[in-house]
Amino acid sequence: MRKIVLILAFFSLLILIAVGFFSQKDYEPTTLMKLKEKYSQKVNSSVDHSKFTSLQQNFSSPQHVTATCIICHNKRHVEVMQSNHWNWEREEYVEGRGIVYLGKKNAINNFCIGTQGNEQSCAKCHIGYGMTSEGMVYTDSTNVDCLVCHDNTETYVKDLEKGGAPVSTLDFNAIAQSVGKHGDLDMAMFETTKDIDVHMGIDGAKLQCVDCHTTEKHNISGKVYSLSSMNLDRNTCEQCHTENPHDDNILNEHSIKVACQSCHIPTYAKANSTKMYWDWSTAGKLKDGEPYEEDDSLGNHTYLSIKGSFVWERNVVPDYIWFNGTASHYLEGDVIKDTTNPLVLNQLHGSYSDNESKIYPVKIHVANQPYDPINKILIQPKLFAEKKGEGAFWKDFNWLTASEVGMKEANLPFSGKISFIKTEMYWPVNHMVATKENTLDCKSCHQRENSRLTGLNDFYMPGRDYSKIVEVGGVWMLILTLLGVFAHGAVRITLAVRSGKGKQ
Amino acid sequence: MQKKQVYVYKAFERFWHWMQAILIFFLAFSGFEIHGSYTFFGFQDAVKYHNIAAYMLIVLIVFAIFWHFSTGEWRQYVPSFNNIAAQLNYYIFGIFKNSPHPTKKTVLTKLNPLQKLTYFGLKILVIPVIVTSGLLYMLYRYPQRHGIEALNIESLELIAIIHTIAAFLLLSFIIAHLYLITTGEKVTTNLKAMLTGYEELEEHHNEEKKSSSEKSE
Repeated sequence: MRKIVLILAFFSLLILIAVGFFSQKDYEPTTLMKLKEKYSQKVNSSVDHSKFTSLQQNFSSPQHVTATCIICHNKRHVEVMQSNHWNWEREEYVEGRGIVYLGKKNAINNFCIGTQGNEQSCAKCHIGYGMTSEGMVYTDSTNVDCLVCHDNTETYVKDLEKGGAPVSTLDFNAIAQSVGKHGDLDMAMFETTKDIDVHMGIDGAKLQCVDCHTTEKHNISGKVYSLSSMNLDRNTCEQCHTENPHDDNILNEHSIKVACQSCHIPTYAKANSTKMYWDWSTAGKLKDGEPYEEDDSLGNHTYLSIKGSFVWERNVVPDYIWFNGTASHYLEGDVIKDTTNPLVLNQLHGSYSDNESKIYPVKIHVANQPYDPINKILIQPKLFAEKKGEGAFWKDFNWLTASEVGMKEANLPFSGKISFIKTEMYWPVNHMVATKENTLDCKSCHQRENSRLTGLNDFYMPGRDYSKIVEVGGVWMLILTLLGVFAHGAVRITLAVRSGKGKQ
Repeated sequence: MQKKQVYVYKAFERFWHWMQAILIFFLAFSGFEIHGSYTFFGFQDAVKYHNIAAYMLIVLIVFAIFWHFSTGEWRQYVPSFNNIAAQLNYYIFGIFKNSPHPTKKTVLTKLNPLQKLTYFGLKILVIPVIVTSGLLYMLYRYPQRHGIEALNIESLELIAIIHTIAAFLLLSFIIAHLYLITTGEKVTTNLKAMLTGYEELEEHHNEEKKSSSEKSE
């Protein structure tokens, strides 16, 4: 008998070892090794622009530089002028709306609301010179701003409110000779560490933006869903990592329904704070007749007279939604159907039952924006003007005149009444990818309490979900069985003890 | 009648029984962790171990089915409704009065009528349900673009709930089974028999006899 018990113990041990053996696989996946090898190779430029005599002349204006660039690069400006980055709109098909021209020109956002009437100020980040206050499209090819992207001296800066022109003190020669390049996307990404982003960290893979955002003929791949609505031309993790990047099949299977980003970006805004809430309704307060600002301890603006109040957060845990790559947008002049709930400015589509949908992490940015309660449309206020008295809110601080002028410039009706409404924007979180040690573990979602996917209830998830009836029924069945067994046993023991005593 | 040590449980039968016991305990333990009832291995490891143990159990079941049919032992599990009332009566009343077992255990009828019914239910209902739902759970494919349409199941919910129900049933069987082991001649009689294969039974003229000197203890 002892022998048999030993044999059984031996077999149990064997089972445990077998289970352990079959579950052990700890080598680096080969796709990852290949990628690391590929991106460790350095590329040397085949051209040294500083040797070209045409770039050694004295440039009188930024347009003069562009004119010189296109002597050699004589088709590039055409590509730029056909791109949506230049035109601020592109043709999109939107479900329920048909084909629309969608872009900065006509979409409303959660930040500075919209571009109409404010173009000269908005142009400070964009790729042309000479934007007029009426938002005239720049048609002269020398207005293409090559340098804003291709400057390698890192000195090129645009002037704040000059329709896209650079500051006047630049050394155009040095720049021309050097040319050669949101929450999860901020200044911290330019020269970062792999704790912030595993791809771009200078101690990590050292990738640049364009390694993923591959660009052909000045069309940069990748989409921002504040302004995009079609599932086209997106950048994905799979383009490098393939659809089966893990060694573990169960993890690979997740990629059918879960975007890589959901596990691999546990938090965003890891270095700098990100704006979570923008309340326009408090804008316009003045101290001694002058606009003022208030900052928090980290230097973030918490109040600006011109813009209102802000709430900032760092290391933010994303929200999670089903997303299939398509979106619909609130465009200028759209009538708001439901004014009791927050208005979603860019509704991302998707659900569990939709084959194209995956679970994505998003930042939900909330704003409190002016709207016309009579016409039920969002107000596009005039924000920027060079002088006082033109109705611009940032000079005159009067919502009524800013709305009147802004709506007139946007060609929209205005009732004269101003109210405020909560608006939401959904920003898919794609950057600040964590190292593999810092990705989420199964428990982050597969648990009953505090699952990150608590809000997504249109499917059954092991570890999180259960049938209440089965759970209660099952547990009571176990309890009753145990009670029955104990009661039966107790009676037997009592009787045995009694009859034992009787015998004595 | 005289009592003799009889070889009741064959080597494979005991091997099968104990391997099944170990695997089912392990599967229940890792399974209820996946279910979210507690944390021990960690979710990822619990899933891995549970799946491997599940395949081991399936292999064992395949061997057991082969053994039962090739030896004809399957007949032991054909339920008979004779003496069911007597057996129930024994567990509810007789056992407390030290009454004798109402049915005689022999090599050809190892199981009493209640056992026959219970094991029959386990073998044709609970085990097939838990194995099938478990396989579907493991091989479940999300609704997807690629892959074989026919393998797509829209939702895991029904599969998971059926698997859970079967697990609860099996677990309460185990509790009752562990207790009923102690209701033999002596508290340890049944346990000893399942370990050594030998049990002291009343002699029956048609049975193979083995002398007590042959047993392992």
